Amino acid sequence: MELKYEVSGGDFTKAGYASSAVKKVLKKLSVDPKIIKRIVVALYEGEVNVVAHAYKGTISVDISPERIFIRIEDEGPGIPDIDLAMTVGYSTASPAVREMGFGAGMGLPNMKKNADELNVSSKVGQGTTVELITNLN
Amino acid sequence: MEIRKIVELLDAEIVCGADKIDEAVKYGFASDLMSDVLTLDSEGIMLVTGLTNLQTIRTAEMADITCIMFVRNKEITDEMKALAEENGMVLLECKYSMYKTVGMLHVAGLDPVY
Ligand SMILES: Nc1ncnc2c1ncn2[C@@H]1O[C@H](COP(=O)(O)OP(=O)(O)O)[C@@H](O)[C@H]1O
Ligand SMILES: [Mg+2]
Repeated sequence: MELKYEVSGGDFTKAGYASSAVKKVLKKLSVDPKIIKRIVVALYEGEVNVVAHAYKGTISVDISPERIFIRIEDEGPGIPDIDLAMTVGYSTASPAVREMGFGAGMGLPNMKKNADELNVSSKVGQGTTVELITNLN
Repeated sequence: MEIRKIVELLDAEIVCGADKIDEAVKYGFASDLMSDVLTLDSEGIMLVTGLTNLQTIRTAEMADITCIMFVRNKEITDEMKALAEENGMVLLECKYSMYKTVGMLHVAGLDPVY
């Protein structure tokens, strides 16, 4: 099963819309609630990152009986130093993002904690692609 | 601890989810930082927060948190309420400060997550 969602940068009113939709689908498929929580927490931090740091993005979710593969692709400034971005506490978030309860530099590290595999690639001035892979068995 | 008991203790208003106040929460966690809330692994958490926006409700939704206590009589929008209702959450609101709210809950025996 393939799902696709558009995410617009800067629009905090809709942040979490895709994560919420994915959660509903995984519930319907009777995926273990503990696994659902790990997936949607990671996806939500990723979705918020597009809203907070990029211009626009696409979330695609590929669900098979063995694993859930999520790709978050955005057009945006990109990440110059991915290792640095993965460090707890590193953040370039704006005050507006902090007012929303984010921007503490905890998103990417938590995505890594909750996914079985996290791949981040980025081109400065073009955008960022984040892949989250979760095994179901 | 039963949500009903928390409502009485803090003289709280039930914003939505009145039908679920006989359910219980196991732990309390207080934060205005949603990224922090998203790191929690425990179940049965009541979130105590002063952050009132849609992302508070979204965060609770993702983190399987079904009860939120807003402190200091913050404005809870209709949108927040609608999203909480859609997710079967209990939203509460009290007039006390974060410090006092957390202190009273702790004394009453609501355990911390860690
Ligand atoms: N999609 C993205 N596009 C551009 N920069 C990003 C993106 N995601 C993360 N970053 C960069 O990595 C930093 C750390 O991200 P994260 O751990 O999620 O913390 P936060 O979002 O709270 O700042 C961000 O502050 C930002 O500089
Ligand atoms: Mg982030």
